[in-house]
Amino acid sequence: MSIIRTEDICKNFGDLQVLKNVNLTVNQGEVVVIIGPSGAGKSTLLRSLNTLETITSGKIFMEDKLFQRVERGEIREEMKKEEKKAALLEMGMVFQRFHLFPNMTVKQNVLAGPLYVQKIPKEEAEQRALSLLDKVGLLEKADAYPSHLSGGQQQRVAIARALAMQPKIMLFDEPTSALDPELVGEVLSVMKDLASQGMTMLCVTHEMGFAREVADRVVFMADGQILEEGTPEEIFQNPQTAKAKQFLASVL
Amino acid sequence: MNGMTRIVTWMPQLFKGAQTTIIITILSVAIGLFLSLFLALGKMSKHAVLNRLCSGYVFFFRGTPLLMQIYFIYFGLPQFHPALTIRSAFLAAMIAYTLNTAAYLAENIRAGIQSIDKGQFEAARTIGMTGAQTMRYVIIPQTVRRLIPPVGNEFIMVLKDVSLVAIIGLADLTKVTRAISSSSATALVYIPAMIIYLVITALFQLVFNKLEKKYSVYE
Repeated sequence: MSIIRTEDICKNFGDLQVLKNVNLTVNQGEVVVIIGPSGAGKSTLLRSLNTLETITSGKIFMEDKLFQRVERGEIREEMKKEEKKAALLEMGMVFQRFHLFPNMTVKQNVLAGPLYVQKIPKEEAEQRALSLLDKVGLLEKADAYPSHLSGGQQQRVAIARALAMQPKIMLFDEPTSALDPELVGEVLSVMKDLASQGMTMLCVTHEMGFAREVADRVVFMADGQILEEGTPEEIFQNPQTAKAKQFLASVL
Repeated sequence: MNGMTRIVTWMPQLFKGAQTTIIITILSVAIGLFLSLFLALGKMSKHAVLNRLCSGYVFFFRGTPLLMQIYFIYFGLPQFHPALTIRSAFLAAMIAYTLNTAAYLAENIRAGIQSIDKGQFEAARTIGMTGAQTMRYVIIPQTVRRLIPPVGNEFIMVLKDVSLVAIIGLADLTKVTRAISSSSATALVYIPAMIIYLVITALFQLVFNKLEKKYSVYE
């Protein structure tokens, strides 16, 4: 079963076409990594999936059900409000710049969703938060404020916060790009753990090592289009397009 | 009588005046703060009528002299309709200062909310928070922290603006000082009066510095 599928989605910012007829499928349990030069539309694609951006045209399916159909910038068909809200909660999002809530402690950040949105009892939310913090190795920081954490720690909290909503898929938007080099490893290792536990993941990243090691499928994007798609071996060892060859030569 | 004894004999009157000044300041800024939150949200609202109404309000109260607003509320309104008569000068002053300070505070609140990183709204949305929940749990708490300095500033501004109430017959600290000065034919009274103003200002500053510290734990 596919968790997310897009059909010919396009996104324009004014005259600039950032996504051109993108067809992407992410199946249950799959780890898909999107790579490509900056300005390729990778982040926009991710943000379009959870409606932080509204697509200009195309269809998005969630678990094989039509989530949204857009034509010429207008939503023509959409899930019912409650269904849509539930579908959006199936997607956890991790941002490049973490976006933790600075006014809340680490624990409060993680339990905010379960407590205020899912409205589960406070003790249960707290239990869930603490066990997730344990999972990302930050239990001892539960009562600290985000500003007292390193970038790598903040990003691990952000992952725990997204996991707290028990999503079916995790979207990672360049999760290590804002980190100092020595902090990248701890975030990647949490992501690897997640992948090995069977979480469905869609990651935009510049970490080619991670893509090679963890991805089931690598998607190469340039100029708003998916140019190549395949196993890590196929993409890294035998790229077909000139753009992919050029990009890989520059990053590897 | 030497200077010191004269000052001591004036003190009860000065304190009485200072009391009026402080009460009007604190009440009008406190109520104005409450009112300004709605004005700020209205000004940011996509609802066209609400938006224009709140923007117009802010434009009017910031664009006309406070002195004229006080005159208008106390002397002007009754001439439009007797039902609009406000007999108590204190109440009229309270209304004028509250409405005026709310306009200024609304701009501060709006700027405060708009200065919050867009990522905060996005992060809240991805964990399913509604707009109201985002405001309540994420945006307002962060805005409050940023609002402490401008609100403290507003208190100090209003404290001194309250000296205008003399024109509708209220005896605030400035009015009392002037009355003593003319009846005793000396300017000496200005010195303790100004010291009282400075002490009140210092107290406000102290409170707001404390608040700022308290709300800065997470920074």
